Amino acid sequence: MSIPERVAVRLRVNGEEAALMVPPYKTLLEVLREDMALTGTKHGCELGESSTCGVLVDGKPFLSCLSMPLDLEGREITTVEGMSADGRSHPLQIAFAELGAAQCGYCTPAMLLTAKALLDRDPHPSRGAIMEAIAGVLCRCTGYLKIFEAVELAASRVGTPAR
Amino acid sequence: MTSSADDLSIVGKSLIKPDAFSKVSGQTKFADDLALPRMIYGRILRSPHPYARILHVETSRARAHPGVLAVLTGDDLPVKFGILPISQDEEALARDRVRYVGDPIAAVAATDEWIADEALDLIEVQFQTLPPVMSIEQAIAGNGEPIHGKSNVHKTVALEFGDTGEAMRAAAHVREDTVFFEGNTHLPMEQHAALAQVAADGKLTLWTSSQTPHYVHRALGKVLEMPMSRIRVIATPNGGGFGGKSDIFSHELVAAKLALVTGRPVKITLTREEVFYAHRGRHPVLMKVKTGFTKDGRITAMQFQSFLDGGGYGSYGVASTYYTGALQATTYAIPRYRFEAVRLFTNKPPCGPKRGHGTPQPRFALETHLDKVAEELGIDPVEIRLRNLPKADSRTVNWLRITSFGLEECINKVVEGSGFLKRRTSMPAGRGLGFAVSCYLSGAGTAIYWNDMPHSEVQLKLDRNGGVSLLCGAIDIGQGSDHILAAIVAEVLGVSLEDIQLTTADTDLTPIDLGSYSSRVTFMAGNAAKAAAENVRDRLFEVAARALQCDRDDLIARDHRIVRRNRPAEGMDFAQAVQLAEADDGVVTGTGSYTPPKLAGPYKGSGVGPSPAYSYSAAVVEVDCDTQTGEVRVPEVWIAHDIGRAINPMLVIGQVEGSVYMALGEALMEEQTFRLGLHKFPSLLEYKSPTALETPIMHTYLVETIDREGPFGAKEAGQGPLLPVIPAVANAIYNALGVRIDEVPITPDKVLKAMNDKAKRVGPKSVPAFDFPPLIDADVPDEWQGK
Repeated sequence: MSIPERVAVRLRVNGEEAALMVPPYKTLLEVLREDMALTGTKHGCELGESSTCGVLVDGKPFLSCLSMPLDLEGREITTVEGMSADGRSHPLQIAFAELGAAQCGYCTPAMLLTAKALLDRDPHPSRGAIMEAIAGVLCRCTGYLKIFEAVELAASRVGTPAR
Repeated sequence: MTSSADDLSIVGKSLIKPDAFSKVSGQTKFADDLALPRMIYGRILRSPHPYARILHVETSRARAHPGVLAVLTGDDLPVKFGILPISQDEEALARDRVRYVGDPIAAVAATDEWIADEALDLIEVQFQTLPPVMSIEQAIAGNGEPIHGKSNVHKTVALEFGDTGEAMRAAAHVREDTVFFEGNTHLPMEQHAALAQVAADGKLTLWTSSQTPHYVHRALGKVLEMPMSRIRVIATPNGGGFGGKSDIFSHELVAAKLALVTGRPVKITLTREEVFYAHRGRHPVLMKVKTGFTKDGRITAMQFQSFLDGGGYGSYGVASTYYTGALQATTYAIPRYRFEAVRLFTNKPPCGPKRGHGTPQPRFALETHLDKVAEELGIDPVEIRLRNLPKADSRTVNWLRITSFGLEECINKVVEGSGFLKRRTSMPAGRGLGFAVSCYLSGAGTAIYWNDMPHSEVQLKLDRNGGVSLLCGAIDIGQGSDHILAAIVAEVLGVSLEDIQLTTADTDLTPIDLGSYSSRVTFMAGNAAKAAAENVRDRLFEVAARALQCDRDDLIARDHRIVRRNRPAEGMDFAQAVQLAEADDGVVTGTGSYTPPKLAGPYKGSGVGPSPAYSYSAAVVEVDCDTQTGEVRVPEVWIAHDIGRAINPMLVIGQVEGSVYMALGEALMEEQTFRLGLHKFPSLLEYKSPTALETPIMHTYLVETIDREGPFGAKEAGQGPLLPVIPAVANAIYNALGVRIDEVPITPDKVLKAMNDKAKRVGPKSVPAFDFPPLIDADVPDEWQGK
């Protein structure tokens, strides 16, 4: 391979429109991190096995390492950087911080977005529904319990003003 | 001075840690999140063979590939290194032989990661393959070319404290068990990454996801043959470590060398598959334990043998070997003790320290063994432990000093909480309860390289507006060390967590902390932080006392004020005191350091095991076994941990819960095994680890014993609570099904096999014949003489 060709791609990320020139083989994960400096999205394997790279596409959890940007033109992409608005953290972010649900913090962006997708469709999920929803996102630090509790705490605060 | 909880405003509180919002917002910069102008990418060519001689490495095609800026082979980095001074057996890129699938051979730097990958394919290596050594038995048999030196034996230990043979002959009851603990790996979610940059003046900076930046600094100086003053190492927050980032890694040295030869910043991020090869994880260990008892279940003597499968290089292996024998006697009062061990080289990724370093394996052996003895003697499994507990403020037969001791209280908590004694005899079909206890270090009492300097140091600089800059070499790997440092300093100075500005793990800026390993940071960096804060507080009290015309012993620092103890209206703002001190004598700084007491006993090998304090844990695990499939589920766990004092109970519980999780993975599914020299499962999909769906209900009890040498009485939390859970699972399966699985992990096939086995057991039947060296007859402390 010589120096890669680039193609034009328009992405809508965290409510902002971006026009980029990227090599066509680059995954959404790579474009977010390397071309848009959105390094809040992490990677655990780049094989779709850890869900560490999870983002939301039209509100649903999506593995950015297995997604091609050209396929996602016109879709609404949300990364962890898009969870807070107007300098205010999302209730899930506050609950994760308050309960120690982020230890090393590496799976946290994907965990938060996956939990956000759950709360957006089921504002008061059961413990079982939380376990089910985040089962694909691997965490090696917490043993998951504090994450369940943080999602429950955030759910209990729905409707209360964000910090 | 110990402080009662009432006097404390930050220590002991479940506050939000300083780095929490950075982490939940995605702002924390991990190593691979860093990018520099003109940065290029490095990739490493690794061995496809478990054991082979390298005849020739041809790099000309790779060098000619467009976009490639440099290619390195072993001859470019010929200086050997290793984490332990006695095991300098690694090369950044192998020169004459490769010793495991994944051993690094050559490296490429290119303008693009894809181009670098293509260039790796253009490097041609001629190998002469050698018959690989893939097991303890094969390593001992030693047919073929030894992996290092003249034999595959890396390290042997043979120690005896008192005449165990005589005690065994006199014992009313003797039992011997043989068990095996398979290797497994850390699996941090963040893959290792390093970024190197060389400034115009030639100074090298390396950002790396490392638990031990100081040791990386030393190794870079050695291998690159550069003065350490011309090298700066900055550890980035680790996206999980668990021991897996506490060694010196090829990619760190290679990134630095590539930056030096290209003049460009070079980043190397390992793929997930490469992380499995980097490893340094749990040693597979085959063990034999033989114990003599009185008829009422008191231990009279123990003989313990370990056979460690070390993989291709030394790594921390000498320490790991000693750790398989060190903590038996801190958990139980053992009057006479024999320990023999051998670590063998095999053609697998090198093993090293994983959470619990060398102690989960013997813990599994010992706790299942005691369960069996209890049944034979007709004593319940809790009572046999209680009859053998050591005492607070005592010394073991192998010279380890115990200070605070909360194991009995831990036992009571989990036994009562779970209803263990009543419920275990009346469990429904397929259900069982198991119990086990453990002990762990609060930091190793000796450094990795021999020196008399402190193990941890903290520097503080006070700002005239009341802010506090805290500098320390410690690195947060998710365990919360940033919080521990900030909380202790804020507590002593009477300011808030938000007033503390942390700078950590930067060899240009921060004083030494040896690293986030060995469960040492809370204890050692915590003590250094406390000393530094007391040092500056003394200075503030001096100027404040002068201004307030009172005795400085009459002053306290609290709520951003320095006030008289019994007349709190008389005082001044903290910032005002800083200004007075600055006016008086210039910059307000203070330092503190911590050196553990010299505790090693009078025998060779006594350097591994001593710790300024030991933590204790007890666990009850409930299992639900499917007799059709052999699958074991864990619905509920009760765990108690003697933490000394919880600096932040929420973070401690987080460490305990994370330990339980990791232990259940090791107990039931995680294993690093090989077929024809190849790693069977070098991916997250195939290497099974627990998900959210396997999470049990956990009841965590913190027991506080206020250790006299711990900072505010604190001890460790990160590793100890993993230890009792694995044997408790095995004991619970016996309670449920009447089968003994003397081999970890306890996978469904083993459960079914044991149920169909005549002896109702799966596990090793014997240990291989091995000539241990003659026993060193070590002195025993006075109090154990004649026992």
